[in-house]
Amino acid sequence: MSGNGGTRSVSVEGLLEDIRTRFRELGRKVVRLMEVCGTHTMSIARAGLRDLLPEGLKLTSGPGCPVCVTSTGYIDAAIDLASRPGITTTTFGDMIRVPGTKGTLEAAKAQGADVRVVYSPMKSLEIAQARPERTVVFLGVGFETTAPATATLIECAAESRTTNLAVLPAHKLIPPALRVIASDPGLRVDGFLLPGHVSVILGTAPYEFLATEFSLPCVITGFEPQDILEAISMLLDRISSGKPEVQNQYRKVVRPEGNPEARRRVMEVFRTADASWRGFGVIPQSGLAVRDEYAQWDAARRFAIRVAPEEPETGCLCGDVLKGKVHPRECPLFGGRCTPASAVGPCMVSSEGACAASFRFERR
Amino acid sequence: MSHGGGGKLARELVVRELLPVLADEALAELGDSAFVEGAEHLAFTTDSFVVKPIFFPGGDIGRLAVCGTVNDLAVAGAQPLYLSLSMILEEGLLVENLRRIVRSVKAAAQEAGVRVVCGDTKVVEHGSADGMYLTTSGIGKLSAGTRLSPRNMRPGDVVLVSGTLGDHSIAVLSAREGIEFRTDVTSDVQPLNDLAQKLLSAAEVRCMRDPTRGGLAGLLNELAESAALSIQLDEKCIPVTDAVRGACDVLGLDPMYAANEGKLVAVVSPETADSALQALKTHPRGHRGATIGRVEKGHPGRVTMRTALGGRRIVDMPVGEQLPRIC
Repeated sequence: MSGNGGTRSVSVEGLLEDIRTRFRELGRKVVRLMEVCGTHTMSIARAGLRDLLPEGLKLTSGPGCPVCVTSTGYIDAAIDLASRPGITTTTFGDMIRVPGTKGTLEAAKAQGADVRVVYSPMKSLEIAQARPERTVVFLGVGFETTAPATATLIECAAESRTTNLAVLPAHKLIPPALRVIASDPGLRVDGFLLPGHVSVILGTAPYEFLATEFSLPCVITGFEPQDILEAISMLLDRISSGKPEVQNQYRKVVRPEGNPEARRRVMEVFRTADASWRGFGVIPQSGLAVRDEYAQWDAARRFAIRVAPEEPETGCLCGDVLKGKVHPRECPLFGGRCTPASAVGPCMVSSEGACAASFRFERR
Repeated sequence: MSHGGGGKLARELVVRELLPVLADEALAELGDSAFVEGAEHLAFTTDSFVVKPIFFPGGDIGRLAVCGTVNDLAVAGAQPLYLSLSMILEEGLLVENLRRIVRSVKAAAQEAGVRVVCGDTKVVEHGSADGMYLTTSGIGKLSAGTRLSPRNMRPGDVVLVSGTLGDHSIAVLSAREGIEFRTDVTSDVQPLNDLAQKLLSAAEVRCMRDPTRGGLAGLLNELAESAALSIQLDEKCIPVTDAVRGACDVLGLDPMYAANEGKLVAVVSPETADSALQALKTHPRGHRGATIGRVEKGHPGRVTMRTALGGRRIVDMPVGEQLPRIC
């Protein structure tokens, strides 16, 4: 991994000037950069960043929203489980409005299902210990950032022999999805803004293949608009030099080696497995499944849950949106049948979804 | 507690716990209706309060119930006169907590200069009412000719806010069980009738609102829609404390959509915008007031914002409750 990039300016005006100059010097009509992090999606839209970039410099959203790429089958299974008597379901807030084929967790809650939003997975353990007559099921959704917390939850449940707790896992890994995008001849991406928080866990090594195998420069990026602008400037510089590298703009927080202890903990409890991504289908070794030693805390095995792998036909283009092939506004349902108030696909409902970001902040 | 049954025990609760504290001659009659002096032009409003938890940094449900209704009258341009107070109490509520709330109601009423003249008490089974639900209705006096409304808004009008956003939401969230973060933020719950009256005398006010549920964004979208005009905001001018901004960042919330209980938003004529701002800033309840945007013609119902970075974004209507993000 190389250094911090050549830009010296720190003011927004300075960064924008660097970007304009570098883009002009590149002499290309279009340069397409992809971000793969829901927080980046929102930060860009909220700051109105696209307005400030030169015409032809495109920022697209990839599969950065963990809720968006959670399969319909998983959501249906979660709702089924949540609706069973004696079950208390705990989940991060984003999941409760995501539609499956038969409604949402929010609707199930209104019908009497005990669904609770938690900020930390560990709250699930607290609830399980306080209410031994209930079985608490935590919906383990998220990328590498949240997997360590879920792993810790299972470890603590095992250590304390708390048996009325289980996790329905749907954690996913970003690098395999990046490989799919980079390999797709239909997608012309010239560089990636890499997710800041996922990289806190992973460090830089898992992304090297993008530079070495696919000649794509990438920059691990922070979340302030200035961070994103700096990263864009760095990417343009690498594109122009013809020497793609993985760089770290988020040095304050991301170490090159990442967080090995967090990774170790995750692999104690989970093993990698094939996983179904909405819009992508099955990506090999891109998800986490609970190891046999912890089977008792795996809701999938405990409740014999079968997650339907097929994605239903809805007419929504979430899949193509998630691959960055199509802009949200190009989906025929956008703004009409599909709005944040009544969404067809999770990209519109999730606070990090590309469609929600476009609808909320960029609608003309 | 069978005090809500309407019999001897109910009267006991009212006489022992409520009357001495609320101390009002109309209330003390304990008639089925209160007799009060009226006015020619009246404003009338009602609101229910179900905040959880009932005690939070900077306030409680009692203070909230008084200020919420007083402020609804205040932003209509009315001078609040009388409140009713309905209490639904959860069986098992500690009497000491009831007393604290009633004392708080009285203190807030005195601060606002209103009288609580009638009320009702019911007790429901344990497990309902989250401790306590309150409903207040309020009557206020309007001066002749005062008809504040978004329909008075014109292109070029100036939008002001009386202080910082998001304090109440963050204060309540920080007290809610299950959300462990420490903050010094306290609720901004306070009566605004005095401030509103000052603003009305200092400027030509088209309309006023208080940004409660749905926050500033919800309110402005409603105004723009009712006026069939658009509103353009300047993000750099919108006052939010660092503590609230930090807490919102951590929780994945947006201060534009957070509830406030001690702030008002006013739309005034451009000629009187400066005196409006002065009126706010020289009043203790409006000292962090700011001009935040303008009304424009075209794109009816749309609210846009020039971001701190110089870009542009839409400020949309909120959809349901704000959901903190997943990662």
